[in-house]
Amino acid sequence: MKHDIQRYTAGERSNHWAVAILFVLAGLSGLALFHPALFWLSHLFGGGPWTRILHPFIGIAMFLFFIWLVMRFMSHNMIHKRDVQWLKQAGDVMANREGNMPEVGRYNGGQKLLFWVLLVCMLLLLVTGIVIWREYFSHLFGIELIRLSVLLHALAALVLIVSIIVHIYAGIWVKGSVGAMLTGWVSKGWARKHHSLWYKEVEKGENKH
Amino acid sequence: MATQDIIARSATTTHSPSIRQIDEVAKLIDVSKCIGCKACQVACSEWNDLRDEVGHNHGTYESPADLSADSWTLMRFAEHEDEAGKLEWLIRKDGCMHCAEPGCLTACPSPGAIVQYANGIVDFNQDHCIGCGYCITGCPFDVPRISKKDNKAYKCSLCSDRVGVGQEPACVKTCPTGAIVFGSKEDMKDHAAERIVDLKSRGYENAGLYDPPGVGGTHVMYVLHHADKPALYSGLPADPSIDPMVHVWKGVAKPLGLLAMGATALIGFFHYLRVGRNVVEEDEPGAVGDAAVHKVDPAVHEFDPKAPR
Amino acid sequence: MTNHWTDIKNADLVLIMGGNAAEAHPCGFKWVTEAKAHNNAKLIVVDPRFTRSASVADLYAPIRTGSDIAFLGGLISYLIENDKYQHEYVRNYTDVSFIVREGYDFEAGFFSGYDEAKRGYPDKSGWGYEIGEDGFAKVDPTLSHPRCVFNLLKKHYSRYTPDMVSSICGTPKTQMMQVWDTIAETSAPGKVMTIMYALGWTQHSTGSQMIRAGAMLQLLLGNIGMPGGGMNALRGHSNIQGLTDLGLLSNLLPGYLTLPSDAEQDYAAYIAKRASKPLRPGQLSYWQNYEKFHVSLMKAWYGKNVSADNNWGYDWLPKLDAPAPGYDVLKVFDMMYQGKVNGYFCQGFNPIASFPNKAKIGAALAKLKYLVIMDPLATETSEFWRNVDEFNDVNTADIQTEVFRLPTSCFAEEDGSLVNSGRWLQWHWKGAEPPGKARTDIQIMAGLYHRLRNMYATDGGKFPDPILNLDWPYLQPDEPSAEELAREYSGKAITDLTDPATGALLVKGGDQLAGFAQLRADGSTSSGCWLFCGSWTQQGNQMARRDNSDPYGIGQTLGWAWSWPANRRILYNRASADVSGKPWQDLKKPLVFWNGKSWGGADVPDFKADSPPEAGMNPFIMNPEGVARFFAVDKMAEGPFPEHYEPFETPIGRNPLHPDDPRVTSNPAARVFKGDMELFGSAADFPYAATTYRLTEHFHFWTKHCRLNAIVQPEQFVEISEALGKELGIAAGDWVKVSSNRGYIKAVAVVTKRLKPLTVDGKTVHQIGIPIHWGFSGTARNGYLTNTLTPFVGDANTQTPEFKSFLVNVEKA
Repeated sequence: MKHDIQRYTAGERSNHWAVAILFVLAGLSGLALFHPALFWLSHLFGGGPWTRILHPFIGIAMFLFFIWLVMRFMSHNMIHKRDVQWLKQAGDVMANREGNMPEVGRYNGGQKLLFWVLLVCMLLLLVTGIVIWREYFSHLFGIELIRLSVLLHALAALVLIVSIIVHIYAGIWVKGSVGAMLTGWVSKGWARKHHSLWYKEVEKGENKH
Repeated sequence: MATQDIIARSATTTHSPSIRQIDEVAKLIDVSKCIGCKACQVACSEWNDLRDEVGHNHGTYESPADLSADSWTLMRFAEHEDEAGKLEWLIRKDGCMHCAEPGCLTACPSPGAIVQYANGIVDFNQDHCIGCGYCITGCPFDVPRISKKDNKAYKCSLCSDRVGVGQEPACVKTCPTGAIVFGSKEDMKDHAAERIVDLKSRGYENAGLYDPPGVGGTHVMYVLHHADKPALYSGLPADPSIDPMVHVWKGVAKPLGLLAMGATALIGFFHYLRVGRNVVEEDEPGAVGDAAVHKVDPAVHEFDPKAPR
Repeated sequence: MTNHWTDIKNADLVLIMGGNAAEAHPCGFKWVTEAKAHNNAKLIVVDPRFTRSASVADLYAPIRTGSDIAFLGGLISYLIENDKYQHEYVRNYTDVSFIVREGYDFEAGFFSGYDEAKRGYPDKSGWGYEIGEDGFAKVDPTLSHPRCVFNLLKKHYSRYTPDMVSSICGTPKTQMMQVWDTIAETSAPGKVMTIMYALGWTQHSTGSQMIRAGAMLQLLLGNIGMPGGGMNALRGHSNIQGLTDLGLLSNLLPGYLTLPSDAEQDYAAYIAKRASKPLRPGQLSYWQNYEKFHVSLMKAWYGKNVSADNNWGYDWLPKLDAPAPGYDVLKVFDMMYQGKVNGYFCQGFNPIASFPNKAKIGAALAKLKYLVIMDPLATETSEFWRNVDEFNDVNTADIQTEVFRLPTSCFAEEDGSLVNSGRWLQWHWKGAEPPGKARTDIQIMAGLYHRLRNMYATDGGKFPDPILNLDWPYLQPDEPSAEELAREYSGKAITDLTDPATGALLVKGGDQLAGFAQLRADGSTSSGCWLFCGSWTQQGNQMARRDNSDPYGIGQTLGWAWSWPANRRILYNRASADVSGKPWQDLKKPLVFWNGKSWGGADVPDFKADSPPEAGMNPFIMNPEGVARFFAVDKMAEGPFPEHYEPFETPIGRNPLHPDDPRVTSNPAARVFKGDMELFGSAADFPYAATTYRLTEHFHFWTKHCRLNAIVQPEQFVEISEALGKELGIAAGDWVKVSSNRGYIKAVAVVTKRLKPLTVDGKTVHQIGIPIHWGFSGTARNGYLTNTLTPFVGDANTQTPEFKSFLVNVEKA
């Protein structure tokens, strides 16, 4: 891909991949505790007790990096009318039929939706995770709240994981996206095709200089 | 107990051994005979080599203040005055109930950390315990405790080591008034029935056996003078069962969750397979000028009748 | 106990009063649950507190501490007035028909013969029966004589009306009547109630009379000598029964033989006074055999050094220069406090914790030159000189007493026998070696003996005979074995014993005796304790038997261990049969009966086995009367009938029975030492009635040294009612300061519904419960010795301190 436009700075990329790596670790350690069929994943972390010990710390780290990411990208993820329209037509995107799609800014409606879903999930995971963190915090909470929290923690994790699978697939599917997050650069064509408004803004900005 | 006697095992989705047929056992605690002497507490600590902290008096006879990893059983004292002003000192030996449907075992994520034996004993294997505390979350009776020393979960084992060689649990052996008895669950129910007749003859019209069906019955049962109000006995739950949230969490959520994740990945895969990658033509080798972004691959667009519209 | 633990299962009704069996005797309490579960028995608990025993009772009634004589006296009156007593039993087996001397009187709280200056009754001449010219007591079987015991009894308790009793005891009348009616049901001949009591009756300035009142109640109901009946003292220490049997009190010799007083220098007179002749025709009066027991004891001690020629060593016996009970612990500590005692041997005893007014005991110990402690534990007494903050606030530098601590083995580290409350001598075997340098008490005493003996032998000294003449036949003189001592107290024939009538050989010289019936006063037998005679026979150690077969199904397991006297399980068991020798009608299972030729049954008959019913011998063979006494004659210090007196510290300030005479507010015959009267507090300063007691989690001041006991009851507390808690702003878990006129303690408050304010003599009386057990040494949290608070006064007969009733104030700490 041509390195025409810089889409992500090194900081943004590092931040993203830090979250991504932590997500994988949190996810694998969490899944190990979630379903017996996946308990073998605990061996990746040094066994059951280590998995139990590490998982919440990984989670906290993931959350902190994620919040940093949120602060970087929040302004680009405000949902506008055109995003709602985009979402209504998401089926066309899926079918690679993007002719009638509304114009897209730095992020499309799907990406923005993902952003907010991830944020909600992460917050839920943090709060419920603390409630069920037996070693340090659970004694502060009632049993009913703990029971609600384990359930919400699992559900939030599920939504998060499914969303990330979609996210990963979208990255693979839309050629150039993974490269964008790895190198930071996208081609003009990519930008024009997927994020035409952003492209125009970038162009305008460049002309100003 | 032998491994052949395990009939249920935590975090295990396949069958456990089911060859040996042994009778269910039960410990029956006759609250109406109990004098709260705590000999059972001491015997439990003796047999299991447990030594809790020397704590404080908290304004009651209860000591230690709560169950702990070093105190697997605890006498709970409740003072109750009925409508007529008659005082009763209701003393209940608290500890694991050894449910037929154990919430701890249901909740435990570590394979084999909690097992249920064919005789009904629910036992913790600390070498498999990872210390997550899910057993506490799952227990309807608030019994398991995590040790601060080793972060493992502990609770009454019903002296499975003693019962396995034909002895009664230590608390039963030591009980001076015979308020705690041990035997086959059937025999214990028969004994309880006799006790209930006696209690009814003494004016306790609502005397009864506490063997709550919500957890499939228990292998530690109580004879209560007020079986209609178990909460009088320091909050014994009236109709305990595994909490619905725990059921969802450790029930449908597990397979559905995995299914959802797998399905999402598979949908992606098949989407890739069938719809193909979303590429920017102008970036492709050989592309010239502006990409006809509105123009799509005719193979997909025009000739695939199954394509979503 | 007249009966024994297992026998409680035969009761139809169990009354626990003056005790808390579930708390202090949980293992024995099993038989109460047995009686309830399998004999359909009811349980009544009468106690100042709703106790652990009350928690499993059918009926509970509160009572103000120290008022039990009023409760029982009222009940006696109620039974008589309502004709609810066992007529045939009372008429035939008790002294109701005996005519009392004219000199007897009871007026305004005093019995006849009171001497105010001496605080007692030096002249008890009126307290006896009228004796006829035949030497027998006069009786009136019609019970119409105004001075027959029955009429005096009736008159004495006629003042104890239900209203008066309820006012003294604070027991609400409805609850009281419910209890009385239930008890009255056991007056039916076959219905039996047992009374279980302990230190809740003993530890009062009127303790002995409380127990007498209970015994009188049982006689009236016909419950003495019956299976499932009796007066059952629940002993507070393992083997304290054995210690009592071997002469616990300083005026006693083994087997309840008594030391002579200073006035009794003549041997024949000493024996004659104790070998009572029958007071009614045909009666056994078993103490007539006193000399046999006495001579056998002296032979056990001195062997061939005593003979008829030296009156069996009578001159070597100490003669008491103090009135009974002689040198009791209160007296000794008062003497020590006055600086009259140089040294003190403290063997298995923790007086600074266990005796009243800790400040006085501590000051007394500080006046000793030396103190020897023999104990398995580092007791508070052995460290009375150590400053432990407020818990023992002493100036160590000021205390010059030299303390020797000799570590002993504990019971589990030695072989021997223990006598339980039910009088069973049960042999036990060493479970472990004693730790460190600990030795058995026997070893230490033997070592001490040899050193003393050598000093007397080489250096001489005043009156060495009692030491130098002791017989010491043990194979290892420095360590006599438990078996040797057991054989010695059981007893042996010194020479061949032959039947005086036929000349047949009964026992070979050197053989163990079969029982005390074989003892002789001619020096041919020896027995260290006649009551234990037969516990180690020629067949071996009877105490080690473990055959619990029960052929009659009534729990009298004659093959299990050995029970004094004569392996008899229930005392006075002849009374379980009617006059004709048949078991009382409706008695569920027969105990002892006449089979046409002899007495027999499930137990060893407490009777002359071949005396037919028509011979008229009565069941109470130890009494010269042959019958049981309602009228105590001259045996008690404060009168022949129990009378209610207030505790020395009374919350109501007067005796409602004698409201206008402060001399009879409290026991007029109880001894009060100089200086102690001033230390009694009054209700104006200390408004609450306090009582002290044990908890089941601990044993006295021992188990606080044990981690597991400390875990289950870690920290000192006091119990107060919710009403008082509200009044004083004290919530459960708060720290409170409890003070008496002698000191204070601080503890955690347990605020409970189990204590209720009572209305006594028109006033509201709050009661405070103060468990003992904590101190300034051990594994449990440090606490204050409870006896910092208690008054230095005892029962007028036994001098057992009044730990159960005194006054305190309570404040939030």
